[in-house]
Order: sequence, then C-alpha cells, then structure tokens
Amino acid sequence: MGGLSGTGDPRDGHTVREERDPGLQPERTRLAWRRTTLSCTVAAVLAGRTALTGGPSAAGVLVCALCAALWLAFLVLAHLRMRDLAVARPAAPAPRTVGAAALCTVALALCAAALVF
Amino acid sequence: MTRRTTFLRDLRLWFVPRAVREEGTTPDYRFSLANERTFLAWLRTALALIGGGFAVDQFLPDLPWGWRVGLALALLACGVLCSLRAVNHWVKVERAMRRGEDLPVSRFPALLAVVVAVVAVAMALVVLLGWEG
Repeated sequence: MGGLSGTGDPRDGHTVREERDPGLQPERTRLAWRRTTLSCTVAAVLAGRTALTGGPSAAGVLVCALCAALWLAFLVLAHLRMRDLAVARPAAPAPRTVGAAALCTVALALCAAALVF
Repeated sequence: MTRRTTFLRDLRLWFVPRAVREEGTTPDYRFSLANERTFLAWLRTALALIGGGFAVDQFLPDLPWGWRVGLALALLACGVLCSLRAVNHWVKVERAMRRGEDLPVSRFPALLAVVVAVVAVAMALVVLLGWEG
C-alpha cells in the first residue's frame, strides 16, 4: 500500500503519491466494497444454516450450493472492482458491474424465500 | 414525460450500459465514487434485510408458521425492492451528474423506514403475545 504520507521525496519515483486524493475517495470506495462483501458473507452463512439445519436434504444442499455460488460471484465482482479502484483517478464502475452486484443480492433473497417457505 | 415512460427508459439503461456514457460529460471522479458508495450502502441495507428474514425464520421457532413465514417474506421482499431500487437510483444519479441536472429526489427512504417500523412493531407484538400464550 505504500506510506501514509504524501510528502515523499519526489526523486524516489513514487509519482502516484503526488496524485493521491487527500479525501482518500478510492480507498473509501474499496472499503465500502469490502463491507458489502462481508454483509454478503453473513447473509450466505445464514442461508447455509437455514438450508442444512434440519439435516441435509437434496433440495437443501442444492440451495446451499446456489447461495455459495452467488457469494463467490459477488466476491469476484468486488475483487475486480477493487482492482480497478487501485489507480489514482478511477472511473465510475460499468453499469454491468453495478447491475450484477444487485442481481446477486436479489438472487440471494429468492433463495432465502425458497428456504423459508 | 410520464412516470411510466421514465421508468421504462431507466430500465433500458440497466441492460444497455453504454447508453449512460453517451450523455453529457464525465463528472469529477469523486462524485462518481460517492455515488458508488451510496449504491453499496443501499446494497448492504438490502443484505441486512435479507439477513433479518433468515433471522426471523431461524431464531423465532416458537412463532406460528404463518406469522414466522409472513414476517420473513416481508423482510425478504423489502430486501429485493431495496437492491433493485439501488441500481435504479445509481443509474439516475449518474445520468443527472453527466447532464449537470439536479440530483433526483426520492420518497423510497421514507417508505422503507415506515415499512421497517411496521415490521418491527409487528415482530415485538408477536413475540410478546407468543411468549404469553
């Protein structure tokens, strides 16, 4: 991650430091993705608990695997976006990324409805 | 323009991502990142509501089946609405910033607050009455 100060010697080649946003906007956005991934993990773990709590059944294992796949998809999305955010002036996310993240959430909710019902 | 056609146009933007970038000029990257964080905060709210749905189902086993499933499904439906609305709002804000317009206002936060309050009161009543009976 490099040093915290932006006052490094300009001769040491760290030109990125000079461009660093003093409001740390890209870092905050990366952390927001991490928090959201953590929330997704909690929801997926609760889904697994609900699916397998009454002894494993074929349907339960299937829904559990589906939730795990959705969690993995969210993890990959967040990882790719966090990689894009590592530059000095990151662009807005592709609408596809945003839509896919929301769709993962909706699919998780549908799995939850199937489990609860 | 009517609400209906506006909604259909917004819906088109979800699936035709390039259409967002065709309009206006690219705003300051910090504004775009703030919009992205707002979207993620709404997504966390949706995930929390989904987690709440699981929690009602798992941790209130003494409730009658109808109440338990009803409350859980209400929370899950709130989660679905919340995440769909998060994308829609992100697209609308991004487009407004590109065009230099005012940011869109929304009564969704107030609606969600009222629904969550109603679900919370219902849950409290059901738990109290369930324990008494």
